[in-house]
Amino acid sequence: MYAQMIKSTGKGVKSLDEMEPEERAFQERINAGGKIEPKDWMPDGYRKTLIRQIGQHAHSEIVGQLPEGNWITRAPTLERKAILLAKVQDEAGHGLYLYCAAETLGVSRDQLTRDLLSGKMKYSSIFNYPTLTWADMGAVGWLVDGAAIMNQVPLQRTSYGPYARAMVRICKEESFHQRQGFDIMMKMANGTEAQRKMAQDALNRFWYPSLMMFGPSDKDSVHSAQSMAWKIKMNTNDELRQKFVDQTAPQAAYLGLTIPDEHLEWNEERGHYDFSEPDWDEFFDVLQGNGPCSVDRMEARNKAWDEGRWVREGLLAHAEKKRARKMAAE
Amino acid sequence: MSSPESGSYDATEAAPHGKPRATEWPLWEVFIRGQHGLSHRHVGSLHAADAESAIKNARDVYTRRNEGVSIWVVEAAAIAASSPEEKGPLYEPSNDKVYRHPTFFNIPDDVGAM
Repeated sequence: MYAQMIKSTGKGVKSLDEMEPEERAFQERINAGGKIEPKDWMPDGYRKTLIRQIGQHAHSEIVGQLPEGNWITRAPTLERKAILLAKVQDEAGHGLYLYCAAETLGVSRDQLTRDLLSGKMKYSSIFNYPTLTWADMGAVGWLVDGAAIMNQVPLQRTSYGPYARAMVRICKEESFHQRQGFDIMMKMANGTEAQRKMAQDALNRFWYPSLMMFGPSDKDSVHSAQSMAWKIKMNTNDELRQKFVDQTAPQAAYLGLTIPDEHLEWNEERGHYDFSEPDWDEFFDVLQGNGPCSVDRMEARNKAWDEGRWVREGLLAHAEKKRARKMAAE
Repeated sequence: MSSPESGSYDATEAAPHGKPRATEWPLWEVFIRGQHGLSHRHVGSLHAADAESAIKNARDVYTRRNEGVSIWVVEAAAIAASSPEEKGPLYEPSNDKVYRHPTFFNIPDDVGAM
């Protein structure tokens, strides 16, 4: 997902009886569907895991602007350009909502940014793939945002109040993103032969990276078990991946495009599609920073941070000067 | 409240608000009034160098879809908040005053709407 392989405490989930009274009250509140707010007591592991998860999610929104920003100047029409601009601006907004939620846990925005720029914190593997043609804007909206929605909709019910509220805002906007992507795919799939081929090629390249977004199977992961007990992870990776395939396969058929998986087939007995796993070696390699665009993405973020420094400092100095003048006048 | 992964950081709603770091723009809480006459409502927060740019940023971050017709921003450091430990003494006294709710009183149906 936008947050992949998030480490938790690494220990098994404690039973209520093993907990100190404070932690027990905390867990019982979560079990009853209550929300945890910034000033409430929380276990250190909950706080740390949430900072990692929300931070990685925020970084993904910000880095996720790059593959789409790549096509703003080359959008085929003025209307498509305006729509893509609005979409990329939304992604910046999503990043900001999430950074604010992470900040309520006691980490600073600058610290989170520094950890991204140094490579200490990660962002979703999906944004390390290139966007080679205009059809990729369609595939990204349809598949990548589609996969993100699978995870984000249940997270609106997550136990941490500020995170849940950020998710509510994000989900409201995300459906525009997926629809604009599908709209591009419809246009391309029903266009000239060259356009149809371009759409098929985009689907071929983005299908497996999209499946990887959910992360490897986590049915035996202690990290996942703890995060699910804390309700900061609402479904297993496999559940969400299956849901995504079930939803997307008929959409591809509608477009007249072929999902690049010869084993993709409806399984009447299970009531789900069977499908092939992505190449997990590739996933781990990309996560290690060896994706086709990993170096580019980090360079772009570092450049933006370094070159924006005079703006950050200048505006702060200006604000201080104005404040000093106002005080002097009073 | 300090962060587990960095030094202590006090410009959040989680902490008693101190002076923000000089290198980082201060944190502002944003309140928006929608079109339908309801009060300003807290929608989130953002960083900005001063109030003027905080309002501009709030316009971009929180009203991209006609969510509001009025924006308030206030430095997070200026907000005083009740603490969770006071929850009992602050809110429990209202629990036994059920007569404050109109449903406490049984009015016969014959009386009509009231």
